[in-house]
Amino acid sequence: MTNEGPRAGTSRRVEDLRLAGLTKVFGDQRAVDELSITIAAGSFFALLGASGCGKTTTLRMIAGLEEPTSGQVFIGDKDITELRAFQRPVNTVFQSYALFPHLDIFENVAFGLRRRGIKHVDAAVGQMLELVELSSLARRKPSQLSGGQQQRVAVARALINEPDVLLLDEPLGALDLKLRRQMQIELKRIQSEVGTTFVHVTHDQEEAMTMADTVAVMHAGRIEQLGHPADVYETPRTVFVANFLGQSNLIVGEKIQGGESVEVNAHGVRFTMPGSRNFAPGSQLVVGVRPEKMIVLDLADAGRIPSGQNTLHGTVTDVSYTGVSTQYLVLTAWGQQVIAFEQNSIVGDRCAVGDPVVLHWSPQHTFGLDPAGGLSSGIDPSVLALESDAEA
Amino acid sequence: MAPIVPVASVAPVHVSGPKRSSRSVYILLIPGLAWLAVFFLIPLFTLFMTSLQKESASKPGTYVFGIQLSNYANALAEYWPQFLRSFVYAGLATILALAIAYPLAYFIAFKAGNWRSLMLVLVVAPAFASFLLRTYAWKTILADDGVVTSTLNSLHLLPDGRILNTGIAVVAGLTYNFLPFMILPLFASLDRIDYRLIEAGSDLYASPAKVFWRVTWPLSMPGIVAGTLLTFIPAAGDFINAELLGSAKDRMIGNVIQTNFIEFRDYPTASALSFALMAAILILVFGYIRRSGTEDLV
Amino acid sequence: MRWIRKNIIGAIAILVLVYLFIPIAVVIAFSFNKPEGKFNLQWNEFSFNAWTQICGVPGVCQSFLTSVQLGLISTVIATVLGTMIAFALVRYRFRGRSSTNLLIFMPMAAPEVVMGSSLLALFLNLRFPLGTVTVMIAHIMFIISFVVVAVKARLQGMDPKLEEAARDLYAGPAATFRYVTFPLVLPGIIGAALLGFSLSFDDFIISFFNAGTLVTFPIYIWGAAQRGIPPQVNALASLVFISALAIVLGAQLYSWRRRRSLATH
Repeated sequence: MTNEGPRAGTSRRVEDLRLAGLTKVFGDQRAVDELSITIAAGSFFALLGASGCGKTTTLRMIAGLEEPTSGQVFIGDKDITELRAFQRPVNTVFQSYALFPHLDIFENVAFGLRRRGIKHVDAAVGQMLELVELSSLARRKPSQLSGGQQQRVAVARALINEPDVLLLDEPLGALDLKLRRQMQIELKRIQSEVGTTFVHVTHDQEEAMTMADTVAVMHAGRIEQLGHPADVYETPRTVFVANFLGQSNLIVGEKIQGGESVEVNAHGVRFTMPGSRNFAPGSQLVVGVRPEKMIVLDLADAGRIPSGQNTLHGTVTDVSYTGVSTQYLVLTAWGQQVIAFEQNSIVGDRCAVGDPVVLHWSPQHTFGLDPAGGLSSGIDPSVLALESDAEA
Repeated sequence: MAPIVPVASVAPVHVSGPKRSSRSVYILLIPGLAWLAVFFLIPLFTLFMTSLQKESASKPGTYVFGIQLSNYANALAEYWPQFLRSFVYAGLATILALAIAYPLAYFIAFKAGNWRSLMLVLVVAPAFASFLLRTYAWKTILADDGVVTSTLNSLHLLPDGRILNTGIAVVAGLTYNFLPFMILPLFASLDRIDYRLIEAGSDLYASPAKVFWRVTWPLSMPGIVAGTLLTFIPAAGDFINAELLGSAKDRMIGNVIQTNFIEFRDYPTASALSFALMAAILILVFGYIRRSGTEDLV
Repeated sequence: MRWIRKNIIGAIAILVLVYLFIPIAVVIAFSFNKPEGKFNLQWNEFSFNAWTQICGVPGVCQSFLTSVQLGLISTVIATVLGTMIAFALVRYRFRGRSSTNLLIFMPMAAPEVVMGSSLLALFLNLRFPLGTVTVMIAHIMFIISFVVVAVKARLQGMDPKLEEAARDLYAGPAATFRYVTFPLVLPGIIGAALLGFSLSFDDFIISFFNAGTLVTFPIYIWGAAQRGIPPQVNALASLVFISALAIVLGAQLYSWRRRRSLATH
């Protein structure tokens, strides 16, 4: 085995990527604001955020394509902040791939090796093309390939250099939905085979959650929350995350008891949650719950609710059947719309529009958030506009 | 110190190019710009200075430094008919070229399909044959005993009974020679129009003529401006067509400048006429550019 | 009626194309003429004479070669200078950018008679001898602008991500230029050079003012026009026209067939 080709498994020592106080200012706008994180060696890390949140700028600073205003980038103990893009052990899979149109697939993949003065590239390139299952197309030009094939060439072209970190800038954005699913699985396979650290920038939450082992939700140049995808989803710590990642019902209330079990009074209704799930610093707080955690019951069946559950009374204003689940819009006594998803696994009648209902859910699924930033932070502005139109 | 910031042209602000030293931009610019300055700008200045020279008292036929504005007055007094004629002929040729070029450009942009690139090649191709010979060929085509002249004569359409050695031949030659300069910018501009706009126009306006005048024509304005400039300017300064196809009565300002410079060696008069032509055309161009912007033309 | 309306633009378009080629047909046809008298303006007798003895008239081939040499040298120099300016314009922001644009635009907008006469005024005032050098200077001057425009367009059309990708893949500034930027801009540069050569080869007005006793191919034709253009000139011009057209159409056909073969793969 030569030391030029990619090696399967994680035999190579990979080191952590660390960002320390990384900041980028464009004009009077702080695109990336004092970012400090450590991305563990060999992990699949996703930076998730809406466009303009600073995620791509962060990626470009790691690649060396953008110079930070302040702060440092480390790989292991080595400070690479001052290194130029072509001197860094970091490679990028560009959005829309940026394959060299004048070179064939083989030469595209061999590009990095040749620039480092490696003469015998055939074996390494062959092996790499095999990894991405493109061996038969080595002599084609990029324009002769489909979108999915081009994507795999872009991955191969970057990975052949055995970078310490592979950066992926919205790598699946140009593909259609079906191909995107396929490539998500493909990329995960490749990552587990080569064991390189992947840093993946995307605005697609589903993509981030399926592929990454760590997700960082970014907003206005800062990381709002970082963690395992399931943790971030189940326990959002800010209103932004609660709204941006999936959907949440948020009800403003007042803390009436703290400690291990937090009690909240909202519009005269009492809600309970574990103290560990309350992230509001003061007595004002937002009670949150995911729509699929709520169980919808006809008022007549209210007696079946186990004790200790949080409950909420209301009237059904809309029922939409979506196949997998049914969506209920429920109007509370104080005029707030609440949304609940019900799996279509129950037999029997569903509630209908106009029915009085009780929603109930476990305190373990309840979270408490700081209301300071407003309740609509993280909601897609176009959705917000639709809602205000509907209300008008 | 001039601020030099590397930029990526089309990319947004935050995509910056590699850092390059400020010196390299001047290394790139200076040789070419110096060439243009020394062999285009300075000659214009020399031309202006020459246009003010006066005849040497000691050596007649040679000229020395002077500030003789009367050169301009004398030159224009003597040659204003040729000056005027140049602009009339060039103007007529431009209008004719626009009328001839538009249908072709329109067809290539919207209807040609697979034939598009072939047709564009055919528009450019005449330039591969010598300009002078093509002009000279019109002498044969428009000859007094030729098909064109006798046909038009039998219809009594020619005032002089002939085409060759008349103003008609000169305008025809100018129209022909500069036609590609009209077709190409027109095509480029029409090609940029989203054809759906024209289709939407057919929905809103009743007749195709209305659609053309309200939608297509205004949208192709940049091409019309560029095309008319690129046709009018060389036509106004041309002397080949007038020399080969016209008579002594059809001489244009280019002929006058040429003969005064090269045959009579009356440099101040020739320079004054040349400079006046440049000034007249510059005024015209800048009037036009107000409507289009230089970067579009460059 | 509807058929006429549907096809009228197409018919006019084809007529205009035919019109563009009528004089060329005459030029080619008269290369096979055996003129009666000096002037090759009226059809007399079919003959291969001009083609078999293409250099048979004194000075024709000499002037032809002069024009080829002038065109080659001027084009090479102007292409280098113009390409450099185009790179500066697209890749840097610098003070004096709009004056630079204006200086490049003006030679394209100025009438040839003005450029020719003003250069002549310069050379006369400097007492610089007219000839090959002055004509070459003039040609380089007017080709530069066209090269700048063509190369600039190509550079602006290039995805800036390609150069970033090169830098990301261990190519320093020089390697990025050599292996990515230059090959991608090359077609634009070649196109600009071909245009420059054809402009130089066919230029008459500017050359005429500054040539002194130098005889280029167009200057030869101009001189001959007074005393009769020999059919050899037609033959040479036809040769140039046919080979240029063949090259361009060949390139077109090649790219068309390549695209078709891609579609079937």
